[in-house]
Amino acid sequence: MRHGLALSILLSAFWLLNSGHYTTLLLFFMVASVVSIVALSHYMDVVDGEGQPLSITFTLPIYLIWLAKEVVLANIAVAKCVWKGKGSISPRTIEVTASQKSDLGKVIYANSITLTPGTVSIDLEDDKILVHALDAESADGLLTGEMDRRVCRVEQ
Amino acid sequence: MFAVAALALLVVMAMALLRAYLGPTLYDRVLAVNNFGTKTVLLIAVMDFLSGRPDFLDIAIVYALINFISIIAVLRFFEYADKKVAEHSE
Amino acid sequence: MMEIILDLVSWIFLLGGSFFCLTGALGLLRFPEFFSRIHAASLTDTLGASMILIGLMFQAGWGLALPKLILILIFSLLAGTTASHAMGKAALKSGMKPLDMQDDGPKDEAEEEQPWKP
Repeated sequence: MRHGLALSILLSAFWLLNSGHYTTLLLFFMVASVVSIVALSHYMDVVDGEGQPLSITFTLPIYLIWLAKEVVLANIAVAKCVWKGKGSISPRTIEVTASQKSDLGKVIYANSITLTPGTVSIDLEDDKILVHALDAESADGLLTGEMDRRVCRVEQ
Repeated sequence: MFAVAALALLVVMAMALLRAYLGPTLYDRVLAVNNFGTKTVLLIAVMDFLSGRPDFLDIAIVYALINFISIIAVLRFFEYADKKVAEHSE
Repeated sequence: MMEIILDLVSWIFLLGGSFFCLTGALGLLRFPEFFSRIHAASLTDTLGASMILIGLMFQAGWGLALPKLILILIFSLLAGTTASHAMGKAALKSGMKPLDMQDDGPKDEAEEEQPWKP
């Protein structure tokens, strides 16, 4: 019920922000399409904590701010590598352990790894993530496990 | 000043096309085409402000969605097609 | 006065975004193999795209254009990472190995047999 409500609010906001016309007819269309989509999602059995992760609503923003900082720093490091040329990179493949309990946490972790330039998660099996790193620095940064701990904190 | 950003994006798109032409493997080409697509989204958004037409942003959103779906579809397609290529080459 | 500051900030973001996009495209041409090129592509996808869109947000002001730009930003970040991951995984599954995982054996021959060479 809670998740269905969250989905309806999200969809209505999406419609209102995108349409820009607030006549009665179009608002009626909005209600009709939101109701039909929520009903369809209910029948597809995707209205649950996985599709609408309400539990991380308040913990996620703090993590995102930290992630944005990391992404900017990593971007500058990779940009330096590009301008220095081939000699400055030493691609390597490492394996990190995702210690998150839920699938959602693992997905957030793997996506954060990919979002940070210099590291790309190329495979995820159980709780082992195969990561391709551009140079030793970004690989070491990931192996310290700070990102892993922060994602664990988001999950709770 | 939007013209500068639009010009830079056009140069980036040309470089991505060059990679798509050169790219030794199939996946290099897919990567280049994906990059080309994301830059197209940005170019449409910049063109919105350059030409002052407020409806270009909707096109940018739709293009972002189509680009993502098409890349995933192409990858799925070659995931199965590639196996046959590998079998023939052996 | 306020407008000049906003213009200036948006200029800085647009130029910075253009610079990062160009850097990423250069890396796309310059790096030696596929898995390194993903990193270059993600450079343009994350900071390049974000900075250009944030620069546009400063120009858009409070209107319906602002949420649309934010939507494009969120979506391009999510889709970019997913596409990068999917490409890396597909390449790995098809038998391409990153530089340090290549044992011996001439890997180049397999690449030349791809029928998509111009």
